[in-house]
Amino acid sequence: MKEIVNAKEPFNFYTRLHLTELTGLKASSIPELLILIKEVPESSIYHHTHRFLQQHQYLSPEPPNDFAYWVGNVIGDDKLGEKLASIDTVQFVSIGSLREKIVSVIEDHLKSHPRSADRFTMEDEAFHFMKSLSFIMPTQYTVGNLREFAEALKKVTIDSIYFHIFEARLRLGKKANDFSLWIESSIGDKELADKILKMDPYTYTLEDLRKSIVKMVEKRIS
Amino acid sequence: MRIDEYASIIGQGNIDDLKAIADRLKDRTIQNINSTAVGGGVAEILTRMIPLLQELGVAVTWDVIKGGTKFFEVTKKFHNALHGQGDAVTAEDLAVFMETSQNNIEEMKVTGDIVFVHDPQPIALVRKRTDNKWLWRCHVDVSNPDKTVWDFLRDFIVRYDASVFSAPTFSQNLPIRQVLISPSIDPLSDKNKDLPEETINSVLAKYNIDKDRPIVTQISRFDKLKDPIGVVSAYKQVKKHLDCQLVLAGGGATDDPEGIKVYEEVKNEASGDSDIHVLLLSQNDIEINALQRASTVIVQKSLKEGFGLTVAEALWKGKPVVASHVGGIPLQITHKYSGLLCHSVEGAAFAIKQLLNSPAYAEKLGKNGKEHIRNNFLITRHIKDYLLLFLSLYYKEDIAYL
Repeated sequence: MKEIVNAKEPFNFYTRLHLTELTGLKASSIPELLILIKEVPESSIYHHTHRFLQQHQYLSPEPPNDFAYWVGNVIGDDKLGEKLASIDTVQFVSIGSLREKIVSVIEDHLKSHPRSADRFTMEDEAFHFMKSLSFIMPTQYTVGNLREFAEALKKVTIDSIYFHIFEARLRLGKKANDFSLWIESSIGDKELADKILKMDPYTYTLEDLRKSIVKMVEKRIS
Repeated sequence: MRIDEYASIIGQGNIDDLKAIADRLKDRTIQNINSTAVGGGVAEILTRMIPLLQELGVAVTWDVIKGGTKFFEVTKKFHNALHGQGDAVTAEDLAVFMETSQNNIEEMKVTGDIVFVHDPQPIALVRKRTDNKWLWRCHVDVSNPDKTVWDFLRDFIVRYDASVFSAPTFSQNLPIRQVLISPSIDPLSDKNKDLPEETINSVLAKYNIDKDRPIVTQISRFDKLKDPIGVVSAYKQVKKHLDCQLVLAGGGATDDPEGIKVYEEVKNEASGDSDIHVLLLSQNDIEINALQRASTVIVQKSLKEGFGLTVAEALWKGKPVVASHVGGIPLQITHKYSGLLCHSVEGAAFAIKQLLNSPAYAEKLGKNGKEHIRNNFLITRHIKDYLLLFLSLYYKEDIAYL
């Protein structure tokens, strides 16, 4: 068994709970959707690109972002739906840049397929814009080395894992997920930090994400 | 029920989170106000939720406004008008509403740091607001409201700090915050708790239902909007290709002439087929639970729906569900992931056939559906949302550090 390195700074596990707010804004066609995607607050873009991860966290593969799902399944524009679903969210470091990408995908599609703009939905199937209010609070878990980290990771809620992997990076503007940042800066294990960073968390269920990271960390310290 | 009894269902970590959020509200008092202490969905959820909130250490109380027959006749008219149905509301009706409201404004003691008003009946109490926080919880489908009634209520709604709706389609253009909080089911109630096999079998035997052949079920009161005739038509289309039975069961108020008429129509439509079981069950939660658990496929083919919690009840039992794309149902079912959505009798029949012919697919949808309900539609999530809603009144930003 390898010698356990004590961290320079402890890692405090936080959790993130959320409340959904309705904006009263809705779209019945792709052009209306585009206008509103440009206007709504970032918390709304965040909500519609991440909601499925938490609400359907047991599914693998989970449905794509709300825009892709609505365009493909409700409006019935499979091509655009697929393009929106395949946006590689993990590459974006801010909601602003993610929003720009979504806008450009829709604008390009409308230019090359102008008849897509003519598709409308029934009133009860309109796209309703919502936004996420996040409440961040500490949990009882604080760890000082990788062994403790792996043990705590097995116990925290999936909301906590979600917070450190997704929200901290994209919504709070950090350059990496919290786990990689701590493992590199406080444990000094850049290789393990990079390994976690390299994962595409959007293609895992949150439980699978937990298991995979625990496995990587346990392998490293065994 | 005690809050820790839910740990085996949602995990201890989530119970710990509830306790941690509740702790941040320990200096606040929350006063619920509605129009009735018994009967109806609001009273039912408050009865279950308030003891759990109190156990979590939240100082929560519940008061009921007073009103006579005339007042409640008017509020019933409001209710229908908000659904876009019923007779026009007159100036006299509004005067009756305001007279009783004024009496309640004078008599009701407002004690809460947060006053949580449920539905339109007590809405005018907001005239009593001082420096405390006021929330209006709308349990009604207001996607297509009568304009006169909505405009009348809107003048009160805008004086609240925030409003709460059950589904995105219910939201309105309002200058105050609108929060989405879906209703919920209680997994430990008689309607939803696990049942022994013997109980399920005895209910099937009681109604002469064959447990060895597929059972397609719709649980609903006998109401045109639940489209029981459409369900019988869908079943008949399925029956051409597959041997199965149909169960249509639900409460039917004996004092509701419309309900009795629909029940008779369904019986008539079902006559001549001994595999169709039309059951009038009044408030028998264990039997409803048993019928759902015995089903192969559960249907909810409503033409219009409030939230449609019978879908959540069915999914919680791990059943594959075919349901209409109306009201709150699309929140509970993501098509092809956690159930199948339909828009017509033919669509429903096709989906039922798919599920009966593909048990592995049906099982997967049912399993996903159950997890979806566990994560999003249990009473514990409802409590968490309410606690966060109360806290949100004291934070201005979209990200709050507690």
